[in-house]
Formats: sequence, C-alpha cells, structure tokens
Amino acid sequence: MSPEQVLQYIFAGITVGSIYAFVAIGYNIIYNTTGIINFAQGEFVMLGGMISFTFSRFIPLLPAITLAVLITAAIGGIIEIVFIRRMRKSSVLGMIVVTIGISILLREAALYIWDEQIRALRFFTGTEISSVNIFGARISPQVLWVFGVTSVIVGGLFLFFKYTLTGQAMRACSENDRAAKLCGIKTDTMVNLSFMLSAGIGALGGCVVSPLTQTHYAMGTDLAIKGFIVAILGGLGNPIAAVASGLLLGLIESFSISILPMAYKDAISVIILLIILVVKPSGLFGSKQASSLKDF
Amino acid sequence: MKKILTVLLITGLVLSTLFVSCKKEETGTIKIGAIFAVTGGASFLGAPEAKTAEMVVEEINADGGINGMQIELIIKDSAANPEKAISFAKQLIEEDQVVAIIGPSTSGEAMQIKDLCESYKVPLVAAGAAEAIVDPIASYVFKTPQKDSYVAKWIYSTMKSMGIKRIGVVAANTGFGNAGKGQLEKYASDFGIEIAIAETYDKAATDLTALLTKLKAQDVEAVVNWSIVPAQSIVPKNMKQLGMEVPLFQSHGFGNIKYVEAAGEAAEGIIFPAGRLLVAEKLPDGNLQKENLVAYKTAYESKYGEDVSTFGGHSYDAIMLVVEAIKNADSLERTDIRDALEAISGFPGTGGIFTFSSADHNGLGMDSLEMLTVKNGQFDFLQ
Repeated sequence: MSPEQVLQYIFAGITVGSIYAFVAIGYNIIYNTTGIINFAQGEFVMLGGMISFTFSRFIPLLPAITLAVLITAAIGGIIEIVFIRRMRKSSVLGMIVVTIGISILLREAALYIWDEQIRALRFFTGTEISSVNIFGARISPQVLWVFGVTSVIVGGLFLFFKYTLTGQAMRACSENDRAAKLCGIKTDTMVNLSFMLSAGIGALGGCVVSPLTQTHYAMGTDLAIKGFIVAILGGLGNPIAAVASGLLLGLIESFSISILPMAYKDAISVIILLIILVVKPSGLFGSKQASSLKDF
Repeated sequence: MKKILTVLLITGLVLSTLFVSCKKEETGTIKIGAIFAVTGGASFLGAPEAKTAEMVVEEINADGGINGMQIELIIKDSAANPEKAISFAKQLIEEDQVVAIIGPSTSGEAMQIKDLCESYKVPLVAAGAAEAIVDPIASYVFKTPQKDSYVAKWIYSTMKSMGIKRIGVVAANTGFGNAGKGQLEKYASDFGIEIAIAETYDKAATDLTALLTKLKAQDVEAVVNWSIVPAQSIVPKNMKQLGMEVPLFQSHGFGNIKYVEAAGEAAEGIIFPAGRLLVAEKLPDGNLQKENLVAYKTAYESKYGEDVSTFGGHSYDAIMLVVEAIKNADSLERTDIRDALEAISGFPGTGGIFTFSSADHNGLGMDSLEMLTVKNGQFDFLQ
C-alpha cells in the first residue's frame, strides 16, 4: 500500500468515525445526568439535517444551521419535560423503552412533515466535485469542516464540564444525584439541559455531515446503533472517550476494507467490540470503580 | 382470572362483528388490491407508486370506470417488510376479495407472495425489478419493471463501444443490489469485460471513500454502482472527491431527478439505462409511448407537485395493465383476468411496449430501455 493510500484510508476512517462520535457524545451527556441511554439520539442528527436544509433554501447557511441547532435543542428539552421527567420514578429500563418510542415518533413525524425523499445540505465551501489534495490523498473540503467542528465540540465540552459551574453541576448529578440535590443543584434543570445539549450537538453533527452523507427521515436508526457501539467501546459516561473510540472504530473499519471485502466491515467492528468488552468490560477508557457504581 | 376472561370474550365479540361487517360486499365496484412500501426504507419506491395508482384510479372512475363499474383501490402499506406483505396479500385475497393485486414495491416482497398468489389463483402484477419474480414463470405472476439482465447487457454494450475493458463493480447489500451484481458477473465475459474487483457495501453506508480508494488502486477503467438511495448519490460524490475521473455507470434505480439533485455537480456524466419516462418530452413525435408518457408525467407533476420517477411508472403500468385485462376479459373472474393479462399485446406503458405470452410475463424487450446520461442537471439521451 502506498503512503498516499494509507493516508486516504486514514481520512476515510476519521470522517466516518467523526459521524459516529457525534451520536456517541450525545448518548454520554444524557447518560451522565440520567443513567439512561437515549435511543432517539440518531433522530436528533436527522432533525438537524432536515431542518437546516429547509431553512437553507430561504436564508444563508450559517443562520439556517444555527436555527436548526436551536430548534432541535428545544425539541430535546420538550421531550425531557413531557416524557422523561414524568417517567423518572420508573425503572431505568422503562425510560430506555420510552426513548425508543420517542425515536419512532420523531421518525414518523419527519416522514409526515417532509417526505421519504433524500436531501443534502449544500457544501459549506466548494461543491460536490471540489477536492483538496493533502500529501497526495484527496478529500472533500467538507471533510475538513467535519474535523474542525468535531474538534471544536470536543474542546468546548472539555472546558464546559471542567471549568463552568453548570458543567460541574451536571457532572455532580452524574456522580450522585441525591448528593447533588442536597448541595442545592437543581437536578431537573440539569437533566433538561443535558437533553438540550445532546440534541443540539446531534443536530450540529447532522448539519455538518449532511452534504457528505445526505439526510433521510429514517437515517437515525443505523446511526443510533453505531453510536451505541462507540459509546460502549469508549466506556459509558465519558463524552471525550466517545470521540476517541469513534475515530478508532472508523479507522478500524476503513483499514479492514483495504484488506478484506467491505461486506465484512460491520462483522469486524462487532468482533472487536466483543473482544474489548471481554478483556475490559468497562470500555477502553472507562474505570472499573466508576462502572460498578452505575446501574449498567 | 374472571376479569381476563370477560375482556377476552368482549374482544372476541367485537372482532367477530368487525369481520362480519368487512365481509359485506359492496356491489357494483371492482376491487383491486395494492401493496406498496409507502413508508420505511423503500418509501422512495412505494410512495410514488401508491400516489400514481390512486391518481390513475381516480381518473378512470371520473371517466365512468371500467365497463360502467367503479374501481375500488385498496392500498396496503407494507413498509417493505416481506412478512407484512404476506399478511396483507392474504387479507386482500380472503377478506377483501380483490380481483387482482398490484405491487409489492420491492423484489424481496414479491418473491414472498409469488407462491401465495399462485396457489390462490390471484393475478399479481409486481413492481419489483428482479428477474426471479417471473423466472421461473408462475402463471398468475407478472411484473412491469424491465428485467435486470437487460440493464446489465445495456451497460456492457455501451462500455464495449466506449472501449472499456476493465471495470470495478460495487453493489448495495439488498436484494436489488445482489441480483444486479449477479447479472453483471454473469454477462461480463460475453462482452469481453473483466471485473477487476466486485464489492458489496451496507445499504445504509454514508461514506464510501475507503471502498472507492480500493477501486482506484486497481486502476479500473469504469465503475458500475448497482444500488438504490442514498448510495447512488454518495458514490458519484466520493469518486469526484477522490479525484477518480473514470466514467460511472449506475443501474436503472437512478431514475429519479431527485437523485441527480442530491449528487449535484457530481452527477454530471453518470451513464445509466432507464425507461423513456424520464426523457418523455425529448422523444421524437412518432414514438408510440410518447403520448402516454407525457400525459402521465404532466398529470402526476401537477397533482402532487413533485417530479415523476420511473418507479411511479411501474405502478402506472401495473394498474393500467390490470384495467386493460379486466376490460378485455369483460369478466371479474380472476382466471379470466389472468388469461386476458397474458393475451395483452403491443400495449404502450411507461416502461415500454408490453407484449405478454405464456413464456414471458415481463413482456418487455431490450428496446424498452435507453441509455441516458446527466447533462447540466437534466436527464438526456447518451450520444
């Protein structure tokens, strides 16, 4: 394999990995404050792409994307108030089933509002046929946008959780819900915020990848499964680890294609997941103590 | 326990009354069943198919129906699920007592209900593309889309005239993709073409640059992609982004201008075989199909405000063929309608001129397809 080809496979892997990471980040933020897995996360990505596409026909790209992110975040917040808040007394498993229901609801609503057609947001810079030459490997300028936005989100989340009071409060909720409440943290608000944040991040991801991957009302399910694998792989509860494991999975898939038929790609990623879970049940970056304190 | 029993009893009673009320036959209507994947993964097929069938039936009824009788079209949404298709087919046959069924949208579903329709002796005019639907032949099963072997042969003969010898084939892991890949592999040697690499990818794949990098390393002279959405817009984009300049051929599944829009500038120059519906206005005036094609296209586009696709055309042909058969048979017996279907000859549809026989339940020839290309964001004949 020539160095250019290796680089080409690396870029392909990082692109796919970033898409997985967008979903996995969302899972983790909500898991941290509530202990549940929100299977409607893939639908947030879909909504971001759909809403921004609709607005982009009337207004410039940047405000269209901003609006899409805000609207999706609001939808995330409403979902939490209407469904999750009432269900919090029931079991974690019950709430997960509710999120599956919400994902179906959002999917069908999208089919009703838009239709079954596939849409793609226009490229942020250049067009479908532009490509950038980086050391002999050629990629779409949109891929650079995906890398850029992923890095900004990772950096932003790191700073948010580490240094802001709200971020620290959200982490406190994940450590111990009751203790956080006793310290005067409004846990309900934090849970609501976590839904808005992960919906917003999912939507932003949906906008950035839409020119490359296109947006379709039913795209959420597949994304949800891959994102879930990535979240488990990295260790549930750590959004930054999710990005690392997302990129790792993307790279593994990409290089597996270079030597094996592509049909085996998903089998390979699942085998690797199983091996990691057997060797290190708390995930690649998760700690044993932390996972023993959680419901699952 | 008692409570449960009571509930069960009441449900049973309610259900049985429902059944009775369903069984009541309306007199004076011709019941035609339709199974389409209106929602779900194949909704891009099923939605235009269902809309088309509804529109055609409305038009026929407004014109006084068939031989003075109104048509009642019963559409079931299978969501491309073969199990649902089976149970809907049974429901249409046993409860609704339909005289014929059109659809289902996908080849996989059609294969599942093929035997069912055969054993119940109900004419089925399928909208799925796979050749296996009518080969081996089942006496009650017909299909309207062009055979996929024709598509493979058209692609190869075009390649031959362009001097292309070494190609790469990529296909989605769907029934449609696998069948197409099989046809391409079957006929390659007949046209002196070498398939350097053949790969299958996940139907929901969102980025195929890694796969295309592999093809690029093989120095292929052309790429054939046999899939449905979204991959058929992703492959051209990724090829351009990788700087692959070789021509891209796609299957007849590319027959919707929306896919050209989704691929944008990357769609320029894509070559694919399709029925004449997409280029209806550009056909010469003497063409036998032109009048029907333009009429259907204008009616559909003005009624639904969306571009016509070849898929809707498959359903148009299916319902028109059934209507024609009922007219000719002048009977509502399923066996008579079947015989009349098989006897149809020289019937201009959107897919081509249909001539059925006891050996051919597709009824279309190689000439039902044209090689098309994308020029300035529009479909046009390949020069």
